[in-house]
Amino acid sequence: MSNTSFEPRLVGFLCNWCSYTGADLAGTARMVYAPNIRIIRVMCSGRVDPQFVLKAFREGADGVLISGCHPGDCHYQEGNYKALRRYKLLLRLLDQLGIEKERCRLVWVSASEGARFQQIVNEFTEQIRRLGPLNFKFDGGSHE
Amino acid sequence: MINVIIDGKKIQVEEGTTILKAAEKLDIKIPTLCYHPLIEPYAACRVCLVEATLKGKTDLVTSCNTRVVEGMEIQTASPRVLQSRRLNVEMLLARAPAAEPVQRLAKEMGIDKPRFPIRDPQEKCILCGLCVRACEQVVGACAISFVDRGIERKVMPPFGEPSAACIGCTACAHFCPTGAITYEDKYGRKVIHSELYLGPSTAIRVPIRQAVPMVPFIDEEACIHFKTGQCKLCTKVCERQAINHEMEDEVVEVEVGSIILATGFKLFDARRIPAYGYGRLPNVITALEFEHLVNASGPTGGKILLANGEKPRAVGIVHCVGSRDENYNEYCSRVCCMYSLKFAHLIKEKVPEAEIYDFYIDMRCFGKGYEEFYHRLLEEGTKFIRGRVAEITDLALTKEEEGKLVIRVEDTLLGVVRRIPVDMVILATGLEPSLDHNQIAKTFNISCSQDMFFLERHPKLAPVSSFSDGIFLAGCCQGPKDIPDTVAQAGGAAAEALALADKGAFALEPVTAEISEELCSGCQICVGLCPFNAITYDREKDISIVNDALCKGCGTCVAACPSGAAQQKHFRDKQIMAEIEGILLL
Repeated sequence: MSNTSFEPRLVGFLCNWCSYTGADLAGTARMVYAPNIRIIRVMCSGRVDPQFVLKAFREGADGVLISGCHPGDCHYQEGNYKALRRYKLLLRLLDQLGIEKERCRLVWVSASEGARFQQIVNEFTEQIRRLGPLNFKFDGGSHE
Repeated sequence: MINVIIDGKKIQVEEGTTILKAAEKLDIKIPTLCYHPLIEPYAACRVCLVEATLKGKTDLVTSCNTRVVEGMEIQTASPRVLQSRRLNVEMLLARAPAAEPVQRLAKEMGIDKPRFPIRDPQEKCILCGLCVRACEQVVGACAISFVDRGIERKVMPPFGEPSAACIGCTACAHFCPTGAITYEDKYGRKVIHSELYLGPSTAIRVPIRQAVPMVPFIDEEACIHFKTGQCKLCTKVCERQAINHEMEDEVVEVEVGSIILATGFKLFDARRIPAYGYGRLPNVITALEFEHLVNASGPTGGKILLANGEKPRAVGIVHCVGSRDENYNEYCSRVCCMYSLKFAHLIKEKVPEAEIYDFYIDMRCFGKGYEEFYHRLLEEGTKFIRGRVAEITDLALTKEEEGKLVIRVEDTLLGVVRRIPVDMVILATGLEPSLDHNQIAKTFNISCSQDMFFLERHPKLAPVSSFSDGIFLAGCCQGPKDIPDTVAQAGGAAAEALALADKGAFALEPVTAEISEELCSGCQICVGLCPFNAITYDREKDISIVNDALCKGCGTCVAACPSGAAQQKHFRDKQIMAEIEGILLL
């Protein structure tokens, strides 16, 4: 598979109140962005368990995007800060596992930032495309 | 009570009443000059002389400051009184021949010319000292006083120089009975324009004619009482004793079930576009100032006048000031086109000979009857020029531009750059989010859209709801809109709030967390993470328990639970894992 035809598979965990609405806005405003991302709605970015990210990589994702409200805007007061805390630790774990840190990104997108969401997804897709597919050899053991 | 007889009529009055007040009750008129009901009487002018007889002894007294005594008999128009009064007025006329009230009194008494020499035919001051007492007793500034003696006596500030004690309240001029003290407006002009003081005229006033509730308030900045601690004249005249100077702002806590936000907008500050000269060129005014000017209760009584008091012969109306402009606000402010058309119509009505130019980008006459109104204006002869105004300047290039404002604009329909001289320019300033919208958004935990107006939950399905339950939006805080739209939205918001109250019950999101009793190890990590204190630790069972009513369903506890005991309904780990598997199958 040549690099040019490589289409990365991305998973996005979007919080219900800001980022999911922002993505929805991008959609209703007919903004075109890379179709590589598959979105999973969670109520809050604080709901994103680091296991979800690892699971996504295991199931074949090449990149994972976590998106929450801007600092101070969280619908649940501070869920996005908790997401940030977990994200920092997760990056260290990914590093130790040998997965490039760049494959997991945490961003803030508000409900009105459809254009920003479009831009972030396009950038992230491009970035992962440059990184190439995630060639990680899982040991074959099944989850759970 | 005291019994007195005035001009043969008996009356009972309270102790301490002056003769003047007692006579007033009997509808007997005694002329006065230096008397003012709100200031301690001083009996300087001696026009209010009456004859008072007590215990057989008759005397001439000043009625304004002489208090009645039991058994007093008073003559207000006896020959002796009239003669003395006439002499006093004659002397006053000689001193202040230009004072109108004195002239009037003299005429009534048949005095053509005083027998005494006139020093200054322009003099108006009768040296009654009402101004001095007003300044001292009412205002508390003590900025003016009598100086010199005898014929040199006059009223002035210390050394005849502008006094530092004067607070510029003009109370002296208001109290002066003869108009000897005058004051100039700040700019010496009657017409009030943008560069001038557009503010209120009194310290206690009703904010606007249409105010609800229709109750006056005291402007602390302008009120004399808050400057000198005195005055309080308003409390003396208010019969209902409704004025309270000690009242302060207070924070009132009210428990409510739902909140409707109608925090409105602010106008675009036209100073941000220097090329339009607002604030620099006196006849460039904003839409709101024009509205003020054209209002019948406004500074000019509804006349459309220039800063110099003349009628404009040509008026330019500039649309989209601060709207539809990448440098300021990209959005359309919605209301400007229609109010600009209204202005054009008003100008045509009030100054029919004036030429009106409307500079627009696109005419947005979007509502019911709006397009028809636009056509009416076209028929009325308003000149519509399609193009964004580049500059408004007072720099004349030709003779006919001299003394005028020149609007430089590209007429995109003709394809030429034009210079149009006008007398007045009205800037149709756009609408912007209110100054403290960020603070409000934070307080109510709601989001703003890209243009920083509050974001509705859904543009079509929930246009009056916000992202916070029970908080609704109405009016321009949600986006620029005109009055009909605002009324409609406000009605919708009120109905939503009522529906919520009527139900009496509140539907919670079903996505709350739950903790499995069997799996929970009682580590309490979740307890500290919950932002709503919805999780409590049960010491007896050594487990954590979720309070369903308090849980808002963010799921942060679920993400943190090391044993997987905490799960979020509809967002269980299993469900999300399956979702991940599912979306990555292809």
